[in-house]
Amino acid sequence: MQLLFESLFNGVAIGSVLLMAALGLAIVFGLMGVINLAHGELIMLGAYTTYVVQLIFKLPALQPLYNCYVLVAIPLAFVVSGVVGILLERTVIRRLYGSPLETLLATWGVSLILQQFVRSVPMAYAAGLILALVSGFGLPLLLPSGWFAGARARLIRLGSWAFSAFLGVCLAGGLASQIDRIARADARNVDVTAPQWMRGGLEMAGMTFPVPRLVIIVMTVMAVVGVSWFLNRSVWGMRIRAVTQNRSMSDCLGIPTETVDVLTFGIGSGLAGVAGVAVSLLGSVGPNVGGSYIVGCFMVVVLGGVGNLYGTVLASFAIGVLTDLIGAGRLLSVWPDMPSPLASAVEFFATTSMAQVMVFALIVVFLQFRPAGLFPQKGRMVEA
Amino acid sequence: MSSSLSKRLFAGLAAASLGLAVTACGGGSDEATNATCDDDGNCTVTVGILHSLTGTMAISEKTLVDTEKMAIAEINAAGGVEVDGKNYTIETIVEDGASTWPTFAEKSKKLIDQDKVPVVFGGWTSASRKEMLPVYESKNAFLFYPIQYEGQECSNNIFYTGATPNQQSEPATKFMYEKSPAAGKDFFLVGSDYVFPRTSNTITKAQVEQLGGKVVGEDYLPLGNTEVAPIIAKIKKALPDGGVIINTLNGDQNVAFFKQIQDAGITPANGYYVMSYSIAEEEISTIGSEFLEGHYGAWNYMMSIDTPASKKFAADFKATYGADRMVADPQESAYNMVYLWKAAVEKANSFEDDKVREALIGIEFDAPQGPVKVMPNHHLSQTVRIGQITKDGQFAILEETDGPVSPQAWNQIHPDSTGYACDWTDSSKGGKYKL
Repeated sequence: MQLLFESLFNGVAIGSVLLMAALGLAIVFGLMGVINLAHGELIMLGAYTTYVVQLIFKLPALQPLYNCYVLVAIPLAFVVSGVVGILLERTVIRRLYGSPLETLLATWGVSLILQQFVRSVPMAYAAGLILALVSGFGLPLLLPSGWFAGARARLIRLGSWAFSAFLGVCLAGGLASQIDRIARADARNVDVTAPQWMRGGLEMAGMTFPVPRLVIIVMTVMAVVGVSWFLNRSVWGMRIRAVTQNRSMSDCLGIPTETVDVLTFGIGSGLAGVAGVAVSLLGSVGPNVGGSYIVGCFMVVVLGGVGNLYGTVLASFAIGVLTDLIGAGRLLSVWPDMPSPLASAVEFFATTSMAQVMVFALIVVFLQFRPAGLFPQKGRMVEA
Repeated sequence: MSSSLSKRLFAGLAAASLGLAVTACGGGSDEATNATCDDDGNCTVTVGILHSLTGTMAISEKTLVDTEKMAIAEINAAGGVEVDGKNYTIETIVEDGASTWPTFAEKSKKLIDQDKVPVVFGGWTSASRKEMLPVYESKNAFLFYPIQYEGQECSNNIFYTGATPNQQSEPATKFMYEKSPAAGKDFFLVGSDYVFPRTSNTITKAQVEQLGGKVVGEDYLPLGNTEVAPIIAKIKKALPDGGVIINTLNGDQNVAFFKQIQDAGITPANGYYVMSYSIAEEEISTIGSEFLEGHYGAWNYMMSIDTPASKKFAADFKATYGADRMVADPQESAYNMVYLWKAAVEKANSFEDDKVREALIGIEFDAPQGPVKVMPNHHLSQTVRIGQITKDGQFAILEETDGPVSPQAWNQIHPDSTGYACDWTDSSKGGKYKL
């Protein structure tokens, strides 16, 4: 019983990291059909945001609130990755809708650019740049729209960007002068230390539950609930689904499809940022951190059935439980006296690398029988 | 149109390959190095430095470039290299291996053929060394390689200044089994999935068995994967009451591993002791000493060695590159190899490859770690130290061998190589002979 529970917990823990990382991709790739290879780098940006926020909370003025820095990092990471995602959509992906191969190559290029960006640009300046972008994109939404319509629209737009640039420079200068470690470019991996209450393990019924894993599970549950509420219940969620199902009809009915594209991509990217906060609790943060997750993300989305959120949820937990079952050699402890040829086969696959091989092999076999994944899209897809 | 294009292409290719063939033939007959003197009697010699300056390995390899340049600057300040009564100032050409292994071979060819360097200092990963090896062997050039590695190699054209397994993992395993707080307990082996951890663990398994202990499990994490939850589950199952964990994980994977084992209760306080072979001072500061305190490491050089030579090395490096910089074992190896080459050139009184290679054997040097000596198998005899990681991110040295340990290029515990050795001073023996 204890064994079953422990195995299940481990499986859920592995699965929730996968799910958290893949949730954004389930929206971007699943709903919009964009193969975004820079998704891993959006996760990385979220992780770096956590790092910067952590350093800011180490400043004397904010020291008393240090224990809550993760709660600040989550929305900030969402905004940072979301804004970079929106910029990516506006500048690159929008021009490539309908040509998946070009999108794939272009986003891969973007992922390399982002990796080199964090290696060569000091975090303080990167933060300033992102603040400038947020304010540049955000001001037109906040200010009365009349300002941007009249004869002086161009001047006001220019003014708002100039103001944003000024804000960015202030933040960059301020951070660089206050925090030494982010004033210079550093290609080394950095470490995010969780606050004391998020470290260690909970002892319960003879088992240890690592607290960071529990936190990630809670984060994942909240993210999934939030996303499914947003897609199914909110007005914009409905518009997103409408555009997914039939773009030209939605357009005719007055749904602003371009805005929907931006919003969808922004939310998907923002979720990648939140995933970045989660993975920073488990490992180190470095320019290559995205690469460790990108394959797993696509695997989960494809296995779940492209375009189906619940498929993604189920697929991640299935992969998590399988990885633990095979990788930790659980079958042997359940059935200790299994026939020796079988036992040695189980033992052979009971290493992490062989478990990965086995999980991939099982997925390949599964996709032979159900090529569209666990929950295939039903009905007509007008824009395939 | 397309046929004329392909003809032109073909003609171009043919001309290009002819040109290549001609240069290749021309390159072989040229023996001179780039050592020159101008009319005023100022002599210079240019050596090659080949490390990754970009890509994933850049962070580690750049520190070696810094250290090598520091050693060269020191030698130049002390008068340079003396050959035939003339003092040569050492200059450098730094090439970028770009963390892609074939690039290391390509740049090696360039350094040897085009720049005519008498020696190349370079490499970090075993993969890059394996790519470079055939280049140096076919051109009869020579390379210094500064990293602790899995051994099982002995080239006439490479000098290895890092530790072989019998100078790092074997004493470490012995220490863990006999003297650590977990002495006599079971072992669990964790590593990244590539050649160094697999070879090292094969040796450790055989050695633990010889000592009378038991290895109760091993696991390999594919490179780039940081999901360590299944490994932790296995460790807890295999070592329910604590024990020794031998860790050969690479880079970032260490961070995930140490953070998560602490959360899972696999800590020194609970009787679990990790011995790591790839964690030096630099890595400790990245991972965070709060996760590593109480665990162990084994190296030839540790920054905390309390000798004037060691302190001077660390202080000089900080003075040159900034007070926040650190020195560690790979850098000390890189530093030593420059001095060893200089000593050999002066002993041979020539920059010629064959003469310098012969002169190198038996050269001794007072390194920051203590005396080292180049052995006939092109590796160094070095002192081995076992340290426990302290709160301030340094090693508290618990044990060190009485004097330098002789290197085994072919490991005597690994089942594939017991009974073999390497000796380049005797032409009848060579790279691998039966003892």
